[in-house]
Amino acid sequence: MENLIEIKAVRHAYRTASGLLPVLDGLDVSVPEGGFVAVVGPSGCGKSTLTRLVAGLLIPDEGTVNVHGTRITAPRSNVGMAFQNPVLLEWRSILQNVMLPLEIVPNKLTKAEGEERARKLLALVGLEGFESKRPSELSGGMKQRASLCRALIHQPEVLILDEPFGALDAFTREDLWQTMHQVKAEEPFTGVLITHDLRESIFLADQVVVLSGRPAKTQFVMDIPDTGLRTLEDLYTPLAAERLNVLRHQIEVAQGRVAA
Amino acid sequence: MKARQVLVPLAAVIVFLVLWEALVWVMGWPNYKMASPSDLIPAYEKYWSLFLIMGWQTLWRTIIGLLLAVIFGTGLGMVMGFSRTMRDALYPLLVGFNAVPKATVVPIVALMFVGWHDFNTVLIAFMISFFPIAVSVSIGLSTLEPEYRDILRSLGASQAQVFWKIALPKTLPEFFGALKVSVTLAFIGTNLMEIVSPHGRGLGALFDSGKTNSDYPLMFAVLIALAFLGIVLYYIVVALEKIFAGWADRTV
Repeated sequence: MENLIEIKAVRHAYRTASGLLPVLDGLDVSVPEGGFVAVVGPSGCGKSTLTRLVAGLLIPDEGTVNVHGTRITAPRSNVGMAFQNPVLLEWRSILQNVMLPLEIVPNKLTKAEGEERARKLLALVGLEGFESKRPSELSGGMKQRASLCRALIHQPEVLILDEPFGALDAFTREDLWQTMHQVKAEEPFTGVLITHDLRESIFLADQVVVLSGRPAKTQFVMDIPDTGLRTLEDLYTPLAAERLNVLRHQIEVAQGRVAA
Repeated sequence: MKARQVLVPLAAVIVFLVLWEALVWVMGWPNYKMASPSDLIPAYEKYWSLFLIMGWQTLWRTIIGLLLAVIFGTGLGMVMGFSRTMRDALYPLLVGFNAVPKATVVPIVALMFVGWHDFNTVLIAFMISFFPIAVSVSIGLSTLEPEYRDILRSLGASQAQVFWKIALPKTLPEFFGALKVSVTLAFIGTNLMEIVSPHGRGLGALFDSGKTNSDYPLMFAVLIALAFLGIVLYYIVVALEKIFAGWADRTV
């Protein structure tokens, strides 16, 4: 299968007041079309840097980031992003927030068609009836759902999720995991998910990439074959426990607590 | 608007006037020490046409000065908000400029532009009122969370789009907060010039002529007229704020 996102041998360092701070050193990640890859790793290992690379917001010092075979050298409009902070615009209604990318990205939708699509997405994530509400009237989980719709409205080739559920309580988070499955079934996308939550990674993704501590390189890759891991009960099977244990060990290696 | 929103402040004003009248009466103060509200009515009756003409002169110069302050202050705030270097360079200058008491600048400007009555008045109103606007816009822009920028930039948005769609609306609540301060400052600036410079224009000049003629009730009447105009301008800003930045109000 052709890889939609191809990150090869990427090295990058930030220039800080106290000199160069290497964050990535030998990063390889590839995501096939329609694939959903979760990236996990110790805190501060450069996971967010990875999202900025794929979005074209950051150009690596060395190595290449390709999307659809094209090397990324600047932001492109075919990316949808959602962060831990839902960053909704407080002065717009939820509907207008979701439609924001359509005002930037060149598209063939009329305003009415765009609105229809926004309403459809909002209904898909369970926000029907909240279209004209302001973000300040919504709970954290609902804001994150709206943020997800905004990331998908322009049918991006690549969806980048940077710990989107990190600030939510455990039950809301599990709700959103299931919403993600529904969204993926209705609106197929190719995605990269940055997360701290190992259960989240094996529940949502079809491949989990473990990064080493800073400077980060690809340390371990686990494929999650689509074995029907699609309900929360599936997280409590022996298979899930085995996968979690392997990942747990890899994280400890990445943190430098145990030897590989 | 509910009746309560009009009646409560109105009642407060009436209570204030009654207390003022009572204070003057109880203390037995003569007019030249402190005029009472009942002394002001004859003053208004006698000079009502002057109050209208000069009140308008004061008002339009204040508004022009304030508009210039908004344009210049926003521009300066944008430069400082987007560029760290410019912020470092301009802040000390700006703070120093603001720290100079404008009462000392007034005679200088009056001499510099002697005879340019409208110009020097507008200039002082502008100089006294742009600082809060520049500071608030620069803080609003420089504290914009990077995620907001990333959301748009990852879509290929230009800097101008980031500014119009996100940075500008997000700064509006701070901007209006500053404008409320600036509107009264601009008013002070206009009057400083009108009182100090031999214009013969504006409420400041009317105050000055009251002083010259020992017409104390007239002087107090001017003060009240100034307060009234200040209140009107302030609430115009509040109304604009409700329209453009009402979303930021969480008390409703």
